[in-house]
Amino acid sequence: MTPPVLNLSMLELAGALARREISSVEATHACLGRIEAVDPRVKAFLRIDAEGALAAAEASDNRRQSGALSALDGVPVAVKDLFLTEGVETTAGSKILAGFIPPYDATAVKLLKGAGLPILGKLNQDEFAMGSSTESSAFFPTHNPWDLSRTPGGSSGGSSAAVAAREIFGALGTDTGGSIRQPAALTNTVGLKPTYGRLSRYGVIAFASSLDQVGPITRSVLDAAALLQILAVHDPKDSTSSTAPVPNYMAEIEGGVSGMRLGVPREYFVPGMDPEVEHAVRQAASDLERMGAKLVDVSLPHTRYALAAYYLIAPAEASANLARYDGVRYGLRAQVAGGLREMYCRTRAAGFGPEVKRRIMLGTYALSAGYYDAYYLKAQKVRTLIREDFLRAFQKVDAIVSATSPVTAFKLGEKVDDPLAMYLMDVLTLPCNLAGLPGLSVPCGFGTGDLPIGLQILGRPFDESRILRIGRAFEREADFAGRAPPL
Amino acid sequence: MSASDYQPVIGLEVHAQLLTGSKIFCGCSTRFGAPPNHNTCPVCLGLPGVLPTLNQRVVEFAIRAGLALGCAIRLTSVWSRKNYFYPDLPKGYQITQYDLPICEGGRLSIEAGEGSREIRIRRIHMEEDAGKSIHDGASGHSLVDLNRAGVPLLEIVSEPDLRSSDEAAQYLKELREVLVYLEINDGNMEEGSFRCDANVSVMRKGASALGVRTELKNMNSFRFVRQAIDYELARQIDLLERGGTVVQETRLWDPQRSETRPMRSKEEAHDYRYFPEPDLPPLEISQALVDAVARSLPELPQAKARRFQARYGLPAYDVKILCAERPLADFFEASAALYTDYKKLSNWFLGELLRLRHEEGGGFPWKIRPEQLAGLLVRVDRGEISASAAKDVLGAMFRTGEDPASIIQTRGLGQISDTAVIEAAVEQALAQHPAEAARYRAGKKQVFGFFVGQVMKAMKGKGNPALINEVLKKKLG
Amino acid sequence: MKLTLQEVRHVAALARLSLSPEEEERYRHQLSAILEAMELLKALDTKDVPPTSHAIAEDSVLREDVVVPSIEPAKALANAPDKVGTSFAVPKIIE
Repeated sequence: MTPPVLNLSMLELAGALARREISSVEATHACLGRIEAVDPRVKAFLRIDAEGALAAAEASDNRRQSGALSALDGVPVAVKDLFLTEGVETTAGSKILAGFIPPYDATAVKLLKGAGLPILGKLNQDEFAMGSSTESSAFFPTHNPWDLSRTPGGSSGGSSAAVAAREIFGALGTDTGGSIRQPAALTNTVGLKPTYGRLSRYGVIAFASSLDQVGPITRSVLDAAALLQILAVHDPKDSTSSTAPVPNYMAEIEGGVSGMRLGVPREYFVPGMDPEVEHAVRQAASDLERMGAKLVDVSLPHTRYALAAYYLIAPAEASANLARYDGVRYGLRAQVAGGLREMYCRTRAAGFGPEVKRRIMLGTYALSAGYYDAYYLKAQKVRTLIREDFLRAFQKVDAIVSATSPVTAFKLGEKVDDPLAMYLMDVLTLPCNLAGLPGLSVPCGFGTGDLPIGLQILGRPFDESRILRIGRAFEREADFAGRAPPL
Repeated sequence: MSASDYQPVIGLEVHAQLLTGSKIFCGCSTRFGAPPNHNTCPVCLGLPGVLPTLNQRVVEFAIRAGLALGCAIRLTSVWSRKNYFYPDLPKGYQITQYDLPICEGGRLSIEAGEGSREIRIRRIHMEEDAGKSIHDGASGHSLVDLNRAGVPLLEIVSEPDLRSSDEAAQYLKELREVLVYLEINDGNMEEGSFRCDANVSVMRKGASALGVRTELKNMNSFRFVRQAIDYELARQIDLLERGGTVVQETRLWDPQRSETRPMRSKEEAHDYRYFPEPDLPPLEISQALVDAVARSLPELPQAKARRFQARYGLPAYDVKILCAERPLADFFEASAALYTDYKKLSNWFLGELLRLRHEEGGGFPWKIRPEQLAGLLVRVDRGEISASAAKDVLGAMFRTGEDPASIIQTRGLGQISDTAVIEAAVEQALAQHPAEAARYRAGKKQVFGFFVGQVMKAMKGKGNPALINEVLKKKLG
Repeated sequence: MKLTLQEVRHVAALARLSLSPEEEERYRHQLSAILEAMELLKALDTKDVPPTSHAIAEDSVLREDVVVPSIEPAKALANAPDKVGTSFAVPKIIE
């Protein structure tokens, strides 16, 4: 049975810590115990840093008297293995980085540590964040706590599964085409992708630089807001880090949705969408209407081109970002009889999995001489059209609601042999990455087999406060996230 | 046909390392000569997760160079990734400016025949340098040092307006002078902080189509640039004359064998797959910044040379040498403010000061000061010291920075120009050698020298020779 | 099919990936199918549409030219597969 403390949200635990009902060390031990009990089946973690986490927990307990470092001081979390953690192996879910021990912390990790949160370990993911099921991890797939024969989504599958399974109180993931929101939707957790540039990417292994964003996966919208508050700091080490002022995300979060105009885009009800998902999402929308929001029919006409644009831009940037994995300065190096070139080719062949190779080649092709205009440049122009669709829609509405994923959690192995079928899992999430907008997924129901369904809320640039407020209003009425998986 | 039926067409690409303290995209030192990988950090090592941050001084230096070379400064310029694999390129791509460079469309004058010609500059852009790899024969490995990775470079590309190796060398000299004047580059070709590649082709005179060009690399001195270009021009002409075709390729200058050879590794032409750098927003600079940089530009070498000729009336040869280095020109001007026989002053520079600098090694600022030089020359004019003794004094001033008066005093180099003292010595010498005096008066003019010697001896070499001559002539008759 | 075997080999070479003959054929099929799916972009008229390379416009904050201490060479080389002294060692580059 799950110890009751593990069902607390991050902020609830923070309250319990403040009231001395429990210590951070005790909470950390509870997590470690839970991990031991269920992670052999869930397989969310790649590695645990019990020593580091307990030391941080103890430090948190020791300073509780004199004053907490933040609203979440002492609350145990974990991070996706894409985040560099100094002294702790970081692999991006890939063999090519097996054994890589970073000499520095990602800025996001530094901020968590500076806020007093113990970091329990590194979470499983699709290799180099390329995937929607965590099945392309070089090590092993993660299992959905709601049905262990199914995927938790991806690429932040380990993060979402660990939070859903109550192994940790919150986690960090990354989202390039939906990699926080989609796994959140499939595991009944809350996932937030902030506006591009809101959170620092320094120390996060790059997949597609103009699309990648860091974000929290939690069991409540309030927790997501609290984590966002800690992480939203301008980082001079990241030239794409925003200097836009950071609001107090908690200030208006209970304000409700009365008077808000919510856009329902017709193009987001896609062919092949699970009818149960559609039903749950339409139900959620009408619940919001009941709560005082106004539903507005909107059109984002270029939606159907977004997948193609994304799968040209992201792999192109990735092909360059992954060129550094060449066996020279770190990571795997193949032992070869020949010279340098053979070493490069064999190292990368041995170190990268098939999905990564596929995307590197696709990206290389899209940028290559004679094809740049037809593919990469064309995709960047389509990106402009998609962005403009959103800007036009946001003149009529304050936020956009839709399903996060067109289907509920699919079976392990179901889509691995069909890359295009896998890519379709992101069709509702990736347009927002192309436009750089913030997006939140909140649980909004269950389908057959008790498989979770997520509601996606998209906002204007830097309008996280609003989408959190909408998510919070929904969560107050129907706390689906409070339900735990049958583990 | 012969070589004279062909027109050489030469363009130069210069890569100049910028004299910033830190690298272009990280805070590591750009200092040359550190042991391998002592000036590195996660960013310039290309570790996973790192991101570039642009050094503002690099931008300032690029604007400086652009304005000095008459370029238009782009207020919005864009960064690109140039993708290729090489162990000294840690990220597997170089951050550079491809589509929209910061400067475009400038010019630089070179001397051509009797007059001058303007060589057009196509573009100037900023980029990062790569590291260094050396072959370690003993271990069979190549060894990679990333100290240089991330050092800021300006790439300056000329149009193919140059018509001979001589013009190429001249263009390089003028360009280097400008960059050193601007204090953005140290002009060192041997150490590799000022590097040059050449694009060389030939075309039949009167033809309209350009020939196929080859790219020449590995020329690390002006001499090699000349030799490599001459060799390549001859090679191409010879090839064409024999009915062959020039292959577009990159060739390395081999200084041992004095020839250019194709680079073996280029079996496939590089497809750099340039695309806009997502980690750096487009660079926006204000007109106000450009104006501020324009105001702070120093007088450039060619303008200074023109002004020197007009102001000081010096010949072109003198002016060229005096203006080749800004601190030297400044020293001259400060001296010229105090001593107005400009030609004489220039002679002392070209003759003595530069020799001293060459022998003693003297980086600026020198120990000797302009007022000391002026003071010395005034004393020579006044006869207080002979010209040859003055050379010694100059040497001492150069080495120690001591005042001329005190050196002259200490070493007893002062010259006696007191007429009364000289008359006395002359009379004494004449009195002591009446026979010789008589011989002189009888017509043996060579005896004059004997008396000069005698007087000098009596005066312990300190007599003002001109005065001695004058008095002797008067007394001897 | 969109891609020839030649093209797959060329792209793999550019990306420094060695592929078995079986992989070459498999990727040829998969990449061709993906590129086929991209064809729908051709239908869009984007002649006068500017490309987006940065979705959220942000003025960069430039860095002051101040030297920051480098990391220790031992740290820089800590993950190196092979080194000689403080240099990274790689198999010989055939020039």
